[in-house]
Amino acid sequence: MEIIKAISVLFILAGCFFFATSTIGLLRFPDLYARMHATGKGDTLAVFLLLIGFSIYQAAHHGAILDSIKLLVVAVFMFLASPTACHAISRAAFRCGVKPWTREGSK
Amino acid sequence: MENFFLGVSIFLCFLVLLCLYRLMSGPTIIDRIVGVGAIGTKTLAVLVLMGFIYDRIEMFLDIIMVYALLNFIGTLAAAKYFEGKGEI
Repeated sequence: MEIIKAISVLFILAGCFFFATSTIGLLRFPDLYARMHATGKGDTLAVFLLLIGFSIYQAAHHGAILDSIKLLVVAVFMFLASPTACHAISRAAFRCGVKPWTREGSK
Repeated sequence: MENFFLGVSIFLCFLVLLCLYRLMSGPTIIDRIVGVGAIGTKTLAVLVLMGFIYDRIEMFLDIIMVYALLNFIGTLAAAKYFEGKGEI
């Protein structure tokens, strides 16, 4: 029982780590596309890990298998939806004429 | 275990505050949309945590499903609008 809780805590901490790195990426990257790089992938992985950790904890703690399956459904949906939304937004940005960032020195 | 969930949700709320900076200062409108998308996924995680803290996971599960769908469709609608508009 304790082992399973420890596993879910590990998943949750990993999810928090990726949330933190994607937020730092969102703030510090120089360009719109680089920021989308960070949030598109970072948030998707973070939510995926968090929801898996929660479903493990839910299955172990309350024994409610149906709820943990629902959490996994949301995790899989977010795993599919978030990159699609990020692709749509970056294509719209490219078509609106947002120029990617290039280093001034090199070409 | 509840205190752990509380700590994680407070940490996520702090990250949402950081994302607000991008919302304020984002040069283009699409930066702001990306910031809203990031805040949306973090709110989704905080909702799950609140479900665990208040021990009412069934209610929060439905809210989470609807919220994930709306966040996705909102970003798609904004993308479609800006593609049609052609310039920022």
